[in-house]
Amino acid sequence: MIEIRGLSKRFGKKVVLDGLDLTVPKGKNTVVIGGSGTGKSVLIKCVVGLLRPDAGEIRIGGEDVTRMDERELVRVRRKFGMLFQGSALFDSLDVGDNVAFALRRLKMFPERQIQDVVEEKLTMVGLRDIQRLMPSELSGGMKKRVGLARAIAAEPDILLYDEPTTGLDPIMADVINGLIVALRESLGVTSISITHDMASAYKIADTIAMLYKGKIVEVGTPAEIRGSSNPVVRQFVEGRAHGPITAESEEFVRFVRRRDGAAAGEEER
Amino acid sequence: MTEQKRRNGAALAAERLGERVYAMVQELGAIFTLFLQFLSWMPRPPSEIRNILKQMEEVGVRSMPVVLVTATFTGMVLALQSYSGFQRFQATSFVGSVVALSITRELGPVFAGLMVSGRVGAAMAAELGTMKVTEQIDALVTLATNPVKYLVVPRVVAATLVLPVLVVFADLVGILGGYFVSVYLLGSNPYVYVAKTYQYLEFKDIYTGLVKASVFGMLIALISCHHGFVAEGGAEGVGRATTRAVVASSMMVLISDYFMTSFMF
Ligand SMILES: Nc1ncnc2c1ncn2[C@@H]1O[C@H](COP(=O)(O)OP(=O)(O)OP(=O)(O)O)[C@@H](O)[C@H]1O
Ligand SMILES: [Mg+2]
Repeated sequence: MIEIRGLSKRFGKKVVLDGLDLTVPKGKNTVVIGGSGTGKSVLIKCVVGLLRPDAGEIRIGGEDVTRMDERELVRVRRKFGMLFQGSALFDSLDVGDNVAFALRRLKMFPERQIQDVVEEKLTMVGLRDIQRLMPSELSGGMKKRVGLARAIAAEPDILLYDEPTTGLDPIMADVINGLIVALRESLGVTSISITHDMASAYKIADTIAMLYKGKIVEVGTPAEIRGSSNPVVRQFVEGRAHGPITAESEEFVRFVRRRDGAAAGEEER
Repeated sequence: MTEQKRRNGAALAAERLGERVYAMVQELGAIFTLFLQFLSWMPRPPSEIRNILKQMEEVGVRSMPVVLVTATFTGMVLALQSYSGFQRFQATSFVGSVVALSITRELGPVFAGLMVSGRVGAAMAAELGTMKVTEQIDALVTLATNPVKYLVVPRVVAATLVLPVLVVFADLVGILGGYFVSVYLLGSNPYVYVAKTYQYLEFKDIYTGLVKASVFGMLIALISCHHGFVAEGGAEGVGRATTRAVVASSMMVLISDYFMTSFMF
């Protein structure tokens, strides 16, 4: 179980997370949705200790990761697998070595077995015969899936997926959705997924949480979110251009139009 | 009024200078911290031996051609210059000694250090900088791997070990370059030249040069890794990091050279 309380993170003057609370139950998949640039990636980077929050706590199995030193974090991070939004494959290593990376570092298996594990994980994400290719030879969607294979290779207890289906075709997206569900069902993996793709969210989520202005503004089952009366959530899940989320920018556009209009009027005179 | 303005200008300049100095001290502090992390991670398992060998090849092979060419021409120009200088007081027989001493004690290590700053320093900063901005360094961390252990230790160890090797070759071809110019172009007596080369050259001259080279290698790798690690903001940021790494490590080669020379001799 992951419990996040009062999490705050800012970069310079820009407040990204502002007292965020979220509970991620053990063995369940919690999906975080929210607009671009609202701090979803920042949130999961705080969870693995890649970013230090300014305030708040993140308890993982009772231990607060925000107060840990590097050495303790190393131990806790072994429980984690993370899929990065941009895949973050090591471009000096081929696909096979990328997937095998943690296995070799942790010496989890003898070298002979590693080959089999790598092949198995790659098959799980729908890739075959690409072990000797370099990351630069892959398409964006293939990179994403190799990144996923690498994240699950060491069979972590907790998985963090940053947009697992972005950039995949609908069929492959469904394969990955199925994989995420299967990892939860068969291995009892606890996970946080970030997505913009509501179809994927409904499919993989036990709980959906909406991030807006630095806080979780609504948490519920997929059905609850679908039927939410919160205008912010409604605008997002229905994908409408007009509503409370965009109201500020709409206001700004109107302001600019008005100002330019006035300026133009002045010039005419 | 103008007095007031001038005082403001001076205060502003002082403030700017203060900021500069502060930033520089901060950077030195960060590099020193990286050095301490290097020391603490180096002895821990795994040994990273394969990574070290790969980096040694990278550093050695990448720099060997430029180092050899630079050293040859340095030896040659030294012979020319000291010949024409020494002619004025009939001391041309000492050209061999001057070339050998200057190359082994000073010019071999320093020019190799500068060349390696340019080639290897740039490559390291660019590679680590790219890894930083594409989140590969974050990915390492999530895969139970410390970036200092995996990236910095092999590079620093490799550069520290390989630079002296490069300098041995640089010394050799530098002295040969001087010999070639003196004997074949200026008509010096080859036996006298070789005898003079040996006569004043001590083993200490060579090994202090190699110690310097080692320190240069370590500094270049540490500085370049540091600049890679702090790169930010896409391709442009990587470019900036690369330039900074080359400038800073070249400067550090010359600065540390002065202090080492003043301590060692
Ligand atoms: N290292 C950083 N330094 C400065 N600002 C940052 C940093 N990382 C993130 N930010 C800022 O934090 C905000 C949230 O970024 P984040 O990457 O978490 O967004 P996101 O919700 O994941 O968006 P997207 O859906 O587009 O991936 C952004 O405005 C970004 O500019
Ligand atoms: Mg993101």
